[in-house]
Amino acid sequence: MLTEPLVWAIFLLPVASFLLIGVVVRPLGPSMAKAAGYLTILALGIGFVLSLWLLRSSAHGVVYDFVPHLWLNLAPGASIQMGLLLDPLTNVMLVVVTGVSLMVQIYSMAYMDGDESFARYYAYMSLFSASMIGLVLASNIVQMYAFWELVGLSSYLLIGFWHERPSAAAAAKKAFIITRIGDVGFLLAIIFLFFRADEFAAQGLNALHIPDIWQAAAPLAAGGAGIVAGGALLWLCLGLFAGAAGKSGQFPLHTWLPDAMEGPTPVSALIHAATMVAAGVFLVGRFFPVFSESEGAMMVVALIGAFTAVFAATMGLAANDIKRVMAYSTVSQLGYMMAALGIGAYNAALFHLFTHAFFKALLFLGAGSVNHSAGTFNMMYMGGLRKAMPFTYWLTVIGALSLVGIFPLAGFWSKDEILLEAWLGTGAVPTTVSLLVFLMLLAGVLLTAFYSFRMVHLTFHGEFRGGGEQELHDCEEAGQPAPTGVSHHVHLGESPWFMVGPMVFLGVSAVVAGWIANPIGVKSIFGLIPSHWLTEYFASGLYDGHHAPPFSIAMAVISNVVALAGIGLAVLTYMWPRPFTNNDPLTKGGVVHTLLAQRYYLDHLYEGLIVGRVFYRIVAAITDWVDRNIVDGIVGLVGWISRNIGGLIALAQNGQVQTYPLVAAAGGVVIIVLYLILG
Amino acid sequence: MTVYDIYLISPQLALAALAMVVIVVDLLTRRTGLLVGLSFVGLAAPAALSAWQVTDLTNSGASQLTAEGSVVLYTLSIDKFSLFFNFLILAAVGLVVLVSTDYVRRMERLQGEFFGLMLLSATGMMLLVSANELIMMYIALELITLPLAALAAFLPNGRSSEAGMKFLVIGALSSALMLYGMALIYGFTGSTRLDEIAVALSASGATGAFPFGSMALLLAVVLLLVGFGFKMSAAPFQMWVPDVYEGAPTPMVAFLSVASKAAAFALVLRVFYIGFDALGGDWWVLLAGLAALSMTIGNLVAIAQRNIKRMFGYSTVAHAGYILVGVAAVASAGDSANFGPSSVLFYLAAYTAANLTAFFAIVCIGNRINSDEIYDYAGMLRRAPFLAITLALALIALIGVPPTGIFIAKIYVFAAAINTGESLMTWLVIIGVVNSVVSAYYYLRVIKVMFLQTPIHTERVGASWPVNVALGVATLALLWLGVAPGALLGAAEQAVSVLAGG
Repeated sequence: MLTEPLVWAIFLLPVASFLLIGVVVRPLGPSMAKAAGYLTILALGIGFVLSLWLLRSSAHGVVYDFVPHLWLNLAPGASIQMGLLLDPLTNVMLVVVTGVSLMVQIYSMAYMDGDESFARYYAYMSLFSASMIGLVLASNIVQMYAFWELVGLSSYLLIGFWHERPSAAAAAKKAFIITRIGDVGFLLAIIFLFFRADEFAAQGLNALHIPDIWQAAAPLAAGGAGIVAGGALLWLCLGLFAGAAGKSGQFPLHTWLPDAMEGPTPVSALIHAATMVAAGVFLVGRFFPVFSESEGAMMVVALIGAFTAVFAATMGLAANDIKRVMAYSTVSQLGYMMAALGIGAYNAALFHLFTHAFFKALLFLGAGSVNHSAGTFNMMYMGGLRKAMPFTYWLTVIGALSLVGIFPLAGFWSKDEILLEAWLGTGAVPTTVSLLVFLMLLAGVLLTAFYSFRMVHLTFHGEFRGGGEQELHDCEEAGQPAPTGVSHHVHLGESPWFMVGPMVFLGVSAVVAGWIANPIGVKSIFGLIPSHWLTEYFASGLYDGHHAPPFSIAMAVISNVVALAGIGLAVLTYMWPRPFTNNDPLTKGGVVHTLLAQRYYLDHLYEGLIVGRVFYRIVAAITDWVDRNIVDGIVGLVGWISRNIGGLIALAQNGQVQTYPLVAAAGGVVIIVLYLILG
Repeated sequence: MTVYDIYLISPQLALAALAMVVIVVDLLTRRTGLLVGLSFVGLAAPAALSAWQVTDLTNSGASQLTAEGSVVLYTLSIDKFSLFFNFLILAAVGLVVLVSTDYVRRMERLQGEFFGLMLLSATGMMLLVSANELIMMYIALELITLPLAALAAFLPNGRSSEAGMKFLVIGALSSALMLYGMALIYGFTGSTRLDEIAVALSASGATGAFPFGSMALLLAVVLLLVGFGFKMSAAPFQMWVPDVYEGAPTPMVAFLSVASKAAAFALVLRVFYIGFDALGGDWWVLLAGLAALSMTIGNLVAIAQRNIKRMFGYSTVAHAGYILVGVAAVASAGDSANFGPSSVLFYLAAYTAANLTAFFAIVCIGNRINSDEIYDYAGMLRRAPFLAITLALALIALIGVPPTGIFIAKIYVFAAAINTGESLMTWLVIIGVVNSVVSAYYYLRVIKVMFLQTPIHTERVGASWPVNVALGVATLALLWLGVAPGALLGAAEQAVSVLAGG
């Protein structure tokens, strides 16, 4: 049983570390920079322990219900509060966020060693972790939105960490702007709720308090308040989903995520594996009781999610940058989670979010480790790293197998549950929709298996193809600028223990994170873990918890056969009988390959057509005119008035004390006269 | 005069006694540090006595402390309202005493008088906020004004003498006008007690076709308000403000700008919400008009200022305007959910924190660079990071940007105005919001000068530890009120319950 201050400490410790680094450590100069790292690790370490404690006590039936603190009473039925909403979703997210973040911070001690902005890096990391923790703790939608934007801000700072590189600065801007498009939807949803505050107040609810919003969406017949329903409910959900799609990189707002790989690799591991992108899924999960009342919204979420799962996986096939492959994989896996939420498989979606955080963070840290040794992220210049870095190799293979969903690794259990739910249907959406989702997700498994093992083969098997040195040489010959992360620094060998250690932890998690949920439904594992513990726990957070379907061997066989087929195809293409040399057989795909490598030309569409033509030529021109003529005009007018009235008053303000009562008396007389005239 | 009476006014008595002790100790010792310490620690006595009264009041459940045969019963009302202000005034005077550490060290003599006069003036303020009767109010006001006039003239230079002189003349004049108004009210109602005035006014059925029901009352209210207007520094009675702010010793200006203003608003709330409760439909328009005028004049003229103390002089006029919006937000008939008065109390507390922070930083900086010109603040971020950052925070707070107290205060004041349902009040809110935007210009300009311009001199500017502590406390208060306003809002709501009772 934790007290309220202890729960707040999970959030406040990283805040304190951010402030301490900013105010004390950074000004002390580079000699003290290491302290920044230790501070962050300490803050998150304590937070991780507290989160585990919270999860454990909550799973044992302790109900945490702290009274929120009033911040601002905007109107009846619309109070902005600062509170803690400690339901199963939050408690599990806290463990994921603090756990993965802690590993990433430890790893960064070695990875960022020697960077001149080491302290700044850890300040941002602390800020980022604090914002994410604040987001999952929030009990008020405005509180949540504030942290939502802080997450956006800190990810902007981290993606653009090496801001002296134009590509990093551009990627940071892109991430910020594209997620902002989605955020408008979120904000509109909040404004919508605010305008319905009277109806909330009439039932004694607060339109900004999240559990009250759940209740408002539930129909009267189900014991809810029935305030929002029908078309209004659909729009509310779509607004929230727009925000979620932006953060979670769902089609068509996914384009920022691959570019965001410009940040330092541990940042990618943190932001794009475990936390920021999970925020979108978390948002839909947070408002799942609202979404589940609107079949239309659920279908949109399901279909966009499933489409993204396949769509992003296809782009992963043609990417040559190892981090980009991971990025597309992340987008694709987030699609799985969204699709699962859409078909009503709340438990399965969050289970997948949980396992994915571990194996995806592992894969990213593996990519960072590879880069540390080969000096590049381009897989065309890697190869043969298996012997030089055995730990990284085996851990990456474990991560990839877990991602693909091979029995009995973590990813298998959660993905299998999603597929099973889609196959059986939960009743949240029509069966045809859930079957369509099932087929798309199954196709996604094949693609995932192929691109994952393409990545493994290109990176670790075959002959070494020169690394960063060769790439720089080639770029120079071709007269192109070298991409981010390429250096002459090629020294094949295993990375230091500060990097491998966290990877080992995540590797173990990528294996066992599925088991601890006891997905098969064994009565209990060692008498410790009850049957279907995690999914049942998640379900306990909702009114009408959907219960996980029993484990199906048939589904397990199907998904594993498909996955193995994908791995087999990758082996045939890149390893056996002829190992890959330097010509990707996929390029023979002609138009299709070009389409994939060019990311379906969506970036061109967005940047060239929409931004370049529509925004610069039309929208920007109009706002520019308004700004110059109307806004500046008003500002100028105020200045003119102030100068002239100021002059008039200065005339009276002549320093002669006898003038002052005169003005005052005149004021009094004017008041009386006005009263007499106007009555 | 019973023992209980002495208990009722014990915080005020303790404060007055402290003032005497400080002056006497000054005669016996030459150590100025001792005076600061004594004045600061001595404030614990009135604070503890006020806290005792709060517990007494909470335990008894009554709206005010009273006993059989008490003679102060009808002149003073010791209730949550007056105790709220007691703490506000004590906090302000305590912090100002700490901040004066460096300031008085440079004086050759009369340090004891500096603190003594300030404490006496604070005694007057604590009397004023509990005064429930017109004569008592007048006496309390004089007790506030005379020591402040002496303090304004404290420095041995022409500007300071001028400031003191002007303050004295204007103070005397406003007292005279106010007394005339009081006399008219007495003549009309036959009483100087607010509760009896209220009864007489509602019995006379004053609200009729003619504003306030009679010419005598109209004249009386206007005269009273002119007098109060000087104390609140509301336009068009603000003209003494910039001159006094510029010339008087800065710690005294800090004290004047928050404590004196808070006491004046307490007075206005009591007089109008208790005494003239029945005439609410007539006087709110007048207050709304003064609010609009104060906000607009204060902000527009502040833009043109080059001296930071003068700028703050106009800034305080503008803030008097915002606060008046809350005072004017009289609940329309039948609406119990009026938070106009409580928003005023919260605003005063938030303004106290922000303005003290700003003035404390100005005291420290001005002490070292011997200038109050804004352009001399160039590059202050590098010369004095702590001072520059706290001053910047205070300026941001004064604009009304979250997460600072004034943001919350403005929201509440404006919301109270909108809740009245009067279209005129909605317009007043629009004027208020536009004014807040305009005010950003001159507040941010100071930040720009401090943060972006290169310093002319490079020598560091620092302050002694008591000053830094006071500055830190004020800064924390301004942030705390923005982040967790709940506790103080609750206290403010309890405090104004005596007003609603009439």
